[in-house]
Amino acid sequence: MGNLLLAIVLLPLAGAILAGLFGRQIGRAGAHWVTSGTVGLAFVLSALVWKQIVLDGAPVYNANLYTWLSAGGVDLHVGFLIDQLTATMMVTVTFVSWMVHIYTIGYMHEDPGYQRFFAYISLFTFSMLMLVMSNNFLQLFFGWEAVGLVSYLLIGFWYTRPTAIYANLKAFLVNRVGDFGFLLGIGAVLMYTGSLDYAEVFKAAPALADTTVSIWGGQEWSLMTLTCLLLFVGAMGKSAQVPLHVWLPDSMEGPTPISALIHAATMVTAGIFMVARMSPLFEMSQTALAVVLAIGAITAFFMGLLGLVQNDIKRVVAYSTLSQLGYMTVALGASAYSAAIFHLFTHAFFKALLFLAAGSVIIGMHHEQDMRKMGGLRKHMPITYWTSLIGTLALIGFPGFAGFFSKDAIIEAVELSKTPGAEYAYWAVLSGVYITALYSFRLVFMVFHGEERMDHHTLEHLHESPAVVTVPLMALAVPSVVIGALGIGSMVFGDYFGASIQVAHEHDVLKHMAEHFHGVVPFITHGMTQLPFMLAMAGVATAWVLYLKSPGIPASIAAALSPLHKLLLEKYGFDRFNEWFFAGGARGTGGLLWKVGDVGLIDGLIVNGSARLVGWWAGVVRHVQTGYLYHYAFAMIFGLLVLLAVFVHGALS
Amino acid sequence: MLTLTHFLTLGAVLFCLSVAGIFINRKNVIVLLMCIELMLLAVNMNFIAFSHFNGDVAGQVFVFFILTVAAAEAAIGLAILVVLFRNRSSINVEDLDAMKG
Repeated sequence: MGNLLLAIVLLPLAGAILAGLFGRQIGRAGAHWVTSGTVGLAFVLSALVWKQIVLDGAPVYNANLYTWLSAGGVDLHVGFLIDQLTATMMVTVTFVSWMVHIYTIGYMHEDPGYQRFFAYISLFTFSMLMLVMSNNFLQLFFGWEAVGLVSYLLIGFWYTRPTAIYANLKAFLVNRVGDFGFLLGIGAVLMYTGSLDYAEVFKAAPALADTTVSIWGGQEWSLMTLTCLLLFVGAMGKSAQVPLHVWLPDSMEGPTPISALIHAATMVTAGIFMVARMSPLFEMSQTALAVVLAIGAITAFFMGLLGLVQNDIKRVVAYSTLSQLGYMTVALGASAYSAAIFHLFTHAFFKALLFLAAGSVIIGMHHEQDMRKMGGLRKHMPITYWTSLIGTLALIGFPGFAGFFSKDAIIEAVELSKTPGAEYAYWAVLSGVYITALYSFRLVFMVFHGEERMDHHTLEHLHESPAVVTVPLMALAVPSVVIGALGIGSMVFGDYFGASIQVAHEHDVLKHMAEHFHGVVPFITHGMTQLPFMLAMAGVATAWVLYLKSPGIPASIAAALSPLHKLLLEKYGFDRFNEWFFAGGARGTGGLLWKVGDVGLIDGLIVNGSARLVGWWAGVVRHVQTGYLYHYAFAMIFGLLVLLAVFVHGALS
Repeated sequence: MLTLTHFLTLGAVLFCLSVAGIFINRKNVIVLLMCIELMLLAVNMNFIAFSHFNGDVAGQVFVFFILTVAAAEAAIGLAILVVLFRNRSSINVEDLDAMKG
């Protein structure tokens, strides 16, 4: 199996190298054939692995393939851990990535950086696979950094745009903050367990449950809480949780295919995956779980609100992604890891679908992204319309669609959870449902319904996108509908994940829910009588009234609640605060150190100051050098007398 | 009766005169050289006095040495003085301040 796994990882890397370094030789067509071919093959092989592990019940594969280095009793390996969780992630990543490869052929076909783009997304697939398949913390960190790097490269893909360069720098810096916490967490794990291998760390962890560490001022912290919080800081960076979420909306500066692949479906879920992978550690710290829950709830609700005031079609979807990531984090905090992974899984499909549909709209609109200049696209782009409607219904959790199952499972799990803060989180996710439905259908109505607000020229050229664009849309629409119904029974309530996710007995809300689960159809009929469904319908109705029936109302609401509206437009001032406090602070500190430390102290005082001191003293001393012979002679005689006096005095006493 | 003290006092007086000559003199380099000679003679006076009163001839031998060296020094000094005068057409001490800082 080792060779098979190596092939899955290395195929996309080979594709990336071929397209990236030999792009000129193999040409544009060569680049897209080689990369989508290798990623497609990786998907097929991943599906094979998934079948072996999940369907055929093959034993969990955990082996080191290569020892990178060994120092001081610590061995750093490259190795794979393939269990149900990993297999699911592999299939998701390779499938979405493959779809995005195909879609890119249409979306980027006029772009001069065609081969470069394919090289990047294949490289991303390689990095993400390294991340999810790793069996140790170091390889996880390698994948973690590598996806961060590719994300940086892709956000700044159109590197001549100043906004894109600003956005990729921002993403990189914000991720550094998270990665720093993550690295500290890994350091803590290594320090106390002496190993970076998952299996060994999880084996050693229970013995450390009562260990405390003193950080400063003699305050004792539980080691597990500290480690989990540090690891979660890393997850907050990658998975864009408040307050490290600021990079994700700006990352929409990149081309749409990568918004779908990296900033919606796969990379941003790395944090969720990591926390689920570390479930044995997180289960040992109630405090860490409560923090995870609170952060997730804040993200889920408040980031959703921001989606209401955005006019850029991609940014609406971006805020929706933030909000959905918040849902997953809430599920993690409620110890419903399988529900979080299940939502990750369904979300990957329908969010990639929504992004690619948005990209299709953008192609049709000649790279216009402002929703106020769209409208009535339903007639012109029917496939895009129907597929994105499916994606939207899945997103708002319409009964039967994928998102319904995963989201309902999360909401119910939070309701039952005993983690501190669960009650507040429950209200956040519940009202989040209404918000989600509102902004999602606001997008649908503004883009696809209503009057056609685009200019005459665009309207004339408006037509459905080519097949390379619509085929991935349709291919993603299918799982967006069925995957929830297929997966809910086994993935959330069944024993799908086996031992890969471990939940402490007293936290196990999903087990409690599983007792009341009697199949998919009762789950749907039950869901339709529940509050989340009604809230979602209310959201759709509100969107219909506000954006189709009487489109004048939103403006008057905005005017009536202008402070609130302004707060939302300002995105709660996170950007402004960061720019003022962190960027401004860093610049100010830098300026201060430059002016005072470098120019003043080092150049002024130490370098020039010592030179000036010598000059001044020389100026004083030079008056002694009169040039008159008799002065020198006198000085000599005087000196002689002094020496003599000392000598005689010494001899006498 | 002349005692050692008288001789030493004479030597000291001669020495002080020469120091004063060096310091007070502002006009003439030749006077300066003469003052240096006088200083050496003051030392010689001390040597001879000690030699006589201690009954040791070594001091007088030293005096011969010093006189020889002083003669050579005077010759060199005067030679330098001649060259100096040729170059600067002055032996005024006040003018000779090329080493002023």
